[in-house]
Amino acid sequence: MDRTFVPDSKNEILDIIRTTINAKKSVEIMGTGSKRGWGRPNQTSELLDLSNLSAITLYEPQELVMTADAATPIQDIRHVLAENGQQLAFEPPNLSPLYGGSEDIGTIGGIIATNLSGPRRIQTGAARDFCLGFEAISGQGEEFKSGGRVVKNVTGFDLAKLLSGSFGTLAVMVSVTIKTLPRPEKTRTALVYGLDDKRGIQALSESLRGSFEVNAAAHIPAEIAEKSSVSRINGRAKSVTAVRLQGPVTSVDARCQGVQVLWKSYGEVEELHSHNSACLWKEIRDIYPLLSNQTDQIWRISASPSQGADLVAKIRTAVECKIYFDWGGGLIWLAAEGKLRGVGVIIRSALTSFGGHATLMRGSLALRLASDVFQPQAQALSRLTKSIKENFDPARVLNPGRMYEGV
Amino acid sequence: MRMPVPNTDIITNRSVIVERLQQIVPSGTFGENVISDPAGLRAYECDGLSAYRQLPLVVVLPETTEQVSEILKYCNEEGIKVVARGAGTSLSGGALPLADAVLLGLGKFNQILDVDYINRAVVTQPGVTNSSISEAVSGADFYYAPDPSSQIVCSIGGNVAENSGGVHCLKYGLTSNNLLGLEIVLMNGDIIKLGGKYLDSGGYDLLGVVTGSEGLLGIITEVTVRILKKPETARAMLIGFDNVALAGDCVAEIISAGIIPGGMEMMDKVATQATEEFVHAGYPTNVEALLIVELDGPSVEVTDLILRVQNIVNDLGSNYIRVSENEAEREVFWAGRKAAFPAIGRITPDYYCVDGTIPRARLPDVLIQINKMSQKYRLRVANVFHAGDGNLHPLIMYDANKLGELERAEKFGIEILKLCVEVGGVLTGEHGVGVEKRDLMEEVFTEEDLKQQQRLKCAFDPNGLLNPGKVFPTLHRCAELGRMHVHHGQTKFPDIPRF
Repeated sequence: MDRTFVPDSKNEILDIIRTTINAKKSVEIMGTGSKRGWGRPNQTSELLDLSNLSAITLYEPQELVMTADAATPIQDIRHVLAENGQQLAFEPPNLSPLYGGSEDIGTIGGIIATNLSGPRRIQTGAARDFCLGFEAISGQGEEFKSGGRVVKNVTGFDLAKLLSGSFGTLAVMVSVTIKTLPRPEKTRTALVYGLDDKRGIQALSESLRGSFEVNAAAHIPAEIAEKSSVSRINGRAKSVTAVRLQGPVTSVDARCQGVQVLWKSYGEVEELHSHNSACLWKEIRDIYPLLSNQTDQIWRISASPSQGADLVAKIRTAVECKIYFDWGGGLIWLAAEGKLRGVGVIIRSALTSFGGHATLMRGSLALRLASDVFQPQAQALSRLTKSIKENFDPARVLNPGRMYEGV
Repeated sequence: MRMPVPNTDIITNRSVIVERLQQIVPSGTFGENVISDPAGLRAYECDGLSAYRQLPLVVVLPETTEQVSEILKYCNEEGIKVVARGAGTSLSGGALPLADAVLLGLGKFNQILDVDYINRAVVTQPGVTNSSISEAVSGADFYYAPDPSSQIVCSIGGNVAENSGGVHCLKYGLTSNNLLGLEIVLMNGDIIKLGGKYLDSGGYDLLGVVTGSEGLLGIITEVTVRILKKPETARAMLIGFDNVALAGDCVAEIISAGIIPGGMEMMDKVATQATEEFVHAGYPTNVEALLIVELDGPSVEVTDLILRVQNIVNDLGSNYIRVSENEAEREVFWAGRKAAFPAIGRITPDYYCVDGTIPRARLPDVLIQINKMSQKYRLRVANVFHAGDGNLHPLIMYDANKLGELERAEKFGIEILKLCVEVGGVLTGEHGVGVEKRDLMEEVFTEEDLKQQQRLKCAFDPNGLLNPGKVFPTLHRCAELGRMHVHHGQTKFPDIPRF
């Protein structure tokens, strides 16, 4: 790094961005750096470290709303919400272990900028669905805001969606306003053991089509289940298919029973109570079962759930890999040997017949240079993406090339 | 209402444009697809905001995505403006025609293409009505959650363009939260697929960006929505209070207790009485505020939650509480609320429906202020709220035949919306900006805020031909937006290259 800026305020960021434009340079935007390994290799020599922008500036539990500076640690937010019986319902994963750390040092801005959501995505929505508004500095050195603090809002274009998942390539987020939700009173997980991928996803799909209000649904093949710290999951040498049920006490008991009755015809059923449930879903959320080898390349594939098993079978014919399914079979986490080349091409060629997209979540610098980290876009979409970048950040000041070449 | 000055060259050239459109979209099985006679055009002169009317240059009703693409490409090359129209139910004038613009109707995109229960998704053309989607899947006990009041007639494409809500969006989200994929056509004719039967495509979230963009970014030609299993049970409660502040407290306490009802609506005394006289839903007419709280889910859960809500209500001192005992009764409870607008229509020659959102806790305050304004403007008002998410619909009653009443009603509406913004809310919760609130945008946004929104417009439609005159009070030329740091006429960094 040639230079690191550590601003304390919005105005300082504004000055830094204007100076950077003026000097015809660019900056890498960082909160605490927990996800720096995600994306195309950094192409800039200056760093904008936002870690001093860390404060919860508004929290009204009755209104289900919180505003926080962009680099507010997610752990601080979780803690404050928990004290008030609330949570971030989109269940943001802790990616620190994926990139070699341990404690969750991620920030709210980083989570919104990567649109990062966990197992509850299938029921409650993604990070982008919870971002109500923000304040930011544009790539043309202007201070602006969008959205607000209320959920029902169609006043102008929804730029909060545009910034969610834009990896800092369009604006520097200064603060974000998010929707919070009550924590469920009780949690149970229903399990069925020993199903192959196809049957496992069928079981998930059937429970999701029922009236059980399943809010998380995963299938973990036997070799991966071994890695779990939950005693009822490991040591059986069997795959585990699991759904989570949350809500008021009586309701959760009834729904958990319901799923187990439904799954009787599939195999041996079991249930996990609060502690083990929390452990299991945290492992699934944080990609824990695939992290035993730090040099593996890790891919995240999103496909339609009904095709998840066939897609994986096809990929397996061309590359040796470890996988597990979240989101009812629609999210596939895949690990392959780090040195292998062409894994992305294999996955994406399989996706052309099935539909969906794949992202390289972790890979060596060389691999990230050689592969498309994000799903390559069709020509017209790629043109539009570049046109958006051109309009918001014409001088390519903000995280240039982090997502796509020239963006 | 100030609209962009019509381009007389385009109007003069009308017959050539009509002829070219006829070539692109020949007559179909169901007759003419290009409408150019005055009587035929009359049907398209306004949308749900009928105070504003304008005959379009010509109406074209394409049947395929390729035709839409060709029409847009042609119009883009010739500099002809295009206004898209679904079912024409916009309450903010989003589909108001322009004298020099082609009106592109999507009524012939009326097929549901794929019902997929395994992936819980429906792929549909944009002209299909909102309720047809739910009807198509109701046999399997599924439904599409967003339920705007106009759901029997409004189209799903229009719902996407406006990011429509409904009474159940408190728990189940708005249109944007229930969408999986879109096919859109850009003004240059490019056909773009966004998302599909899977979640969270990589790249910029253009699915989210197009939702609620009021026809300014592209034309929607296919929609993939998420469908949900119908809740096992739903029960509604009628809760009356003898003052509005208590009803507001009740809403806050229910949410604070960790309960997110399927719907939570409020009506004031005027609305309650008018509704009761109209539909006889059994509403108490002596209460100052009436809440309808619906709880849905597994029956054990609903029974439990009703008890909890009853406790909250009793502690607050409600003077009326009734719980629906069966499905028929629940429907009667809702029939009243759903007929609230026509019920007001019976007691006044005209009414103006306002749509703003405020933080929930400000409900009582804002209501008191609205009643004061009612005295100031000498116009009656009835209040109907989506209380759970702070979305207000004050109905201002006036008589268009009485001199000055319409203007007073509009001023009253503007003052309410300004109040919404002042207390931390927004100009529109679900009806859109359109032409109606266009000139109020500067109440919420600074020039720099609006510039960023227009940059998005420029990325999609650099010539500014799609639905001009809507949403933005002034549409800058895209080249102007590229100029950096022009403050009070001075360029801050004179040496950097301009784009």
